[in-house]
Amino acid sequence: MAWTRDQLAARAAKELRDGFYVNLGIGIPTLVANHIPEGVKVTLQSENGMLGMGPYPFEDEIDPDLINAGKQTISELPHSSYFSSSDSFAMIRGGHINLSILGAMEVSQNGDLANWMVPGKMVKGMGGAMDLVAGVRRCVVVMDHCSKDGRSKVLKKCELPLTGVRVVDLIITDLGVFEVDKVGNAPLRLIELADGISVEEIAAKTQADFVVDLK
Amino acid sequence: MWNLTLDKVFASAQAALDGLIFDGARIMVGGFGFAGLPEDLIDALAKTNAQRLTIIICDAGGNGAVLEKLFENRQVSKLVTSYIGSDDIISARFLCGEFEVEFVPQGTLAEAIRCGGAGIPAFYTKTGVHTVVASGKEHKLFAGIEYIMEPAIKADIALIHAETADNEGNLTYKKTSRNFNPIMATAATHTIVEVEKLVATGEIDPDNVHTPGIYVDRIIQSIIPKHIEHLKVRNF
Repeated sequence: MAWTRDQLAARAAKELRDGFYVNLGIGIPTLVANHIPEGVKVTLQSENGMLGMGPYPFEDEIDPDLINAGKQTISELPHSSYFSSSDSFAMIRGGHINLSILGAMEVSQNGDLANWMVPGKMVKGMGGAMDLVAGVRRCVVVMDHCSKDGRSKVLKKCELPLTGVRVVDLIITDLGVFEVDKVGNAPLRLIELADGISVEEIAAKTQADFVVDLK
Repeated sequence: MWNLTLDKVFASAQAALDGLIFDGARIMVGGFGFAGLPEDLIDALAKTNAQRLTIIICDAGGNGAVLEKLFENRQVSKLVTSYIGSDDIISARFLCGEFEVEFVPQGTLAEAIRCGGAGIPAFYTKTGVHTVVASGKEHKLFAGIEYIMEPAIKADIALIHAETADNEGNLTYKKTSRNFNPIMATAATHTIVEVEKLVATGEIDPDNVHTPGIYVDRIIQSIIPKHIEHLKVRNF
């Protein structure tokens, strides 16, 4: 069985380390906050100007002035702080954030990422994604392995307009986990399989070159 | 006795825009989503006849947002933004080619505006290298890493939302409604602020002023209620 959205988020949460400052993207990455391992303290950054992002608010805490980057209402914590967007991205661009977990439309085997537009069809804009992948120390992509029409999203080379080049360190899909050599030209290394998924199935659904190095 | 009557406080949003808005103006609009969005001032802008506006905003809309009125009125010829994804009307009109969009990465937009207000003409960043954002821009290596040069961004008018202002224009913002507001306040020829609370000068602790009054030209009392785009709650 391929991993569910929650299982994907739980797997991504294993990348968190005690003391990390982490930025979570919109969608499945947001769910990672529900799976922070016991004994690991992480501080969540929201690029709209907050460190120490809390969970969704209780009914009596709802505040239109307190939202995350997905524009959802959130709550604050005792250690929270607020700052401007230029301070927020200085924090990101300056390499102060340990980990970024974000979604993707396509990833290539050298770590290129595309996640902001489909020419002629869908133009959302890059938001803060280009800044995050360029500035955060480690980038983990969480996504479905194939698009809705069944095409592999793990490619030799991205076809969509890029968000960043050689920026992704780890790819977690609903079928498995790949390590990326974003400096050299080695193929992807398949290090984990989702429960009940075979290497053959991944090979059939992966356009990128990869070697099997299961841990 | 100090006698500072700077007359920064105006009676209405329309009055505050009067004489400053013109066809072809470049207008910065603060806010992230609905948080810190200057809805009274946008609403007043939509009631002017100003045309061919360039709107500079972090993200455009969210369905039902007051910003849509500017597009329905066809007052906008160019939108400079990082994101239009969540607004059906603005996205649809863009795909029809009714106006031009310049996509700027959100952090680059923030820094370009900060530089605009600080007298810095351009800066180098890794953001967008080897993407469409980099095309036509100067590339330069620093310590072996490739950067692109991004120009500062300035505007004729900035429309800002703050929580509190005193008569001098000293401002405070609330929680994540700060976002682009304090930097945009510095980067326009004229900055107009709508506030939730107008207080007497001296009531804001000088240590807690987020935007010093030097950046603020006109102030109005905000009256439009705040909106929430995605209401989420927990019950456990």
